[in-house]
Amino acid sequence: MSKAAAPLPAWGDPILSDAEKRSLAALCARMIPASAEFNVPGADDALIQADVAKSLDRDAAAVHRALAHLERLAGGSFADLDIEKQEGVCATLRAEGGPDLTALGRIILQCYYRDDRVMISLGMEPRPPFPKGHTLPQGDWALLDPVRKRGKIWREV
Amino acid sequence: MTDTIVDILIIGAGASGAAVAWSLADTKMRIVCLEQGGWVKPTDYPANDRDWEARATGDFSPSPNRRGRPEDYPVNDDASPIKILNFNGVGGGTIMYTAHWPRLHPSDFRTRTLDGVGQDWPVSYAQLAPFYDLNDRMMGVSGLAGDPAYPPGKIPQMPPHALGRSGAVWGQAFNQLGWHWWPSDNTAATEAYDGRAKCINLAHCTPGCAQGAKASVDITYWPRAIRAGVELRTHCRVRRITTGDDGMATGAEYYDATGKLCFQAAHVVVVACNGIGTPRLLLASASARHPNGLANSSDQLGRNLMLHPYVSVYGYVDQEVDGNRGPPLSLWSHEFYETDPARDFKRGYIFQIARGAGPVVEATTSFEHGRLPWGGAHHAVFRRLHYRRLNLSIVVDDLPEAHNRVTLDPLLTDGHGIAAPKIDYTVGDNSRRMIHHAIDKARLLLATAGAHDISVVDPIPLSGFHNLGTARMGADPKTSVVNEWGRAHDVKNLFIVDGSLFVTAGGVNPTSTIQALALYIADQMKQRLDTLFE
Repeated sequence: MSKAAAPLPAWGDPILSDAEKRSLAALCARMIPASAEFNVPGADDALIQADVAKSLDRDAAAVHRALAHLERLAGGSFADLDIEKQEGVCATLRAEGGPDLTALGRIILQCYYRDDRVMISLGMEPRPPFPKGHTLPQGDWALLDPVRKRGKIWREV
Repeated sequence: MTDTIVDILIIGAGASGAAVAWSLADTKMRIVCLEQGGWVKPTDYPANDRDWEARATGDFSPSPNRRGRPEDYPVNDDASPIKILNFNGVGGGTIMYTAHWPRLHPSDFRTRTLDGVGQDWPVSYAQLAPFYDLNDRMMGVSGLAGDPAYPPGKIPQMPPHALGRSGAVWGQAFNQLGWHWWPSDNTAATEAYDGRAKCINLAHCTPGCAQGAKASVDITYWPRAIRAGVELRTHCRVRRITTGDDGMATGAEYYDATGKLCFQAAHVVVVACNGIGTPRLLLASASARHPNGLANSSDQLGRNLMLHPYVSVYGYVDQEVDGNRGPPLSLWSHEFYETDPARDFKRGYIFQIARGAGPVVEATTSFEHGRLPWGGAHHAVFRRLHYRRLNLSIVVDDLPEAHNRVTLDPLLTDGHGIAAPKIDYTVGDNSRRMIHHAIDKARLLLATAGAHDISVVDPIPLSGFHNLGTARMGADPKTSVVNEWGRAHDVKNLFIVDGSLFVTAGGVNPTSTIQALALYIADQMKQRLDTLFE
């Protein structure tokens, strides 16, 4: 309703339709399924899907095109295909590649790998870098002794 | 304000504009700087938030075409394998650089004499050395003295960044091969320095340092310049430099923050808009007296563009390394920097040694390269990649070629209707041979470090941060745009102080040299105030 009233951002419509959301979730389930072994959700998890839906940003137009192409490959609703057929469509999609799939994949992965549960599973603290930062081992600069011993390598002019 | 003539008008508040403003401020002349962007707050930087990796491809992307902020101008770089990167705002490219801080080598200033390629610079390393040193003190450098790749005398102000897990692996591999390596000089402070906090390894240096440890000129030069009386006007985009009947520059027309067209008169105009923005502005300033663009009687303006082709070579080790838990660049190797007659190319390159990648960068790049599977195997494979990447970049000396150039796009414009720059660039034959050599050496180095699954990205498309050579300096007005001290041959009150001046590119990051040159030119101007226009 409101789309007609407000001009779209330069990067495309940031809102996914309900049908697009269904396709996206089904695609994400094939791409990154949940794992009990690693104690992580799938990329079709509701929180991750909500993050993806609000993160289209500069890639909105590409995401709409990628999802439309997914439906074309599926011959209808990708989400309504059985899993075997979905995997066949995914194989075709990935084999074709292209910038739209790259953009869609990047958004999914950006949201998946900043999810608290996923970061904890990777041994990371679920936080931004600032203000805590990180600590690195200082190391031993005696490792440079062979370089020092060799002497100058710059060219005299 | 704008109807008052000022002594010095500087266009651009980035690395070189800031250095010149600070240096000239001690003349007590009236100095105004026009900057098309604004100030960036440290709280705006991505490292403050959970989406820090994603925003490096969004509102803090280094690509103006991708970033698309109002202060950005688009760049038509379709005809270049290397895409143009920059940042428009107070601080310019120093907001968005890795803080890597190499100098050129003495031989870089004499490539024609030594190797028969490129052109000799009209200045030498020895002439610039005091200004390198001064600039290092202003920016604050972390590093280790005694690097045998450089002449003695380069003394960093602070200790180097930690070697880390990655550095130890790399160092052992270099030593096995008997190759040079050294902790890279870096302007992220390892100790509190001149009001800056020490680095706490946010590891997200390039899209702005939330800690304020990285030396961007908005927090180094500009506060000092403003305290000394320089006026900095933000969100002011210059559309053209004006000239009078005598051919001298009279000032600049610009759009202010409200979009109003203004004029600032000036006795001297200093252009500091980088290797793309400077030729763009001067070409857009064509007039009846300067039909091919201002300061372009030589037809060299916009030509000789050098972009430093970057190549990434990386692999994976079995043990955990640093990932994104420290400044991204840690070491350098100048082993293959100087010309070796036994090779099939002239000049050389460096290896920039990186610590690794964060989870999002690892996932997205591995996804794009087909390394990260879809389906049930995804998680196990990702865990074999995460924090196990060793990567390096090859930076090759890019020689000047006239056909590599910046022109004005006939159709594309910025938000004020000013013609956008158009880039025509190809990687030269010498660079290509150099890259082949470097990739072979990088593969050997990675294999020696125990890495497997080695991949190459040649060239890295989003690597065009080093925009050099498009208004080169020289003694001959027929082959150069400015003279030996930065003054335009054609317009005696017009100066250029940015990376456009470079005669050759060298094989290292250019910011320290850009600023040393800017300080050198400012010093030359101060020494010649009585005869500046003669």
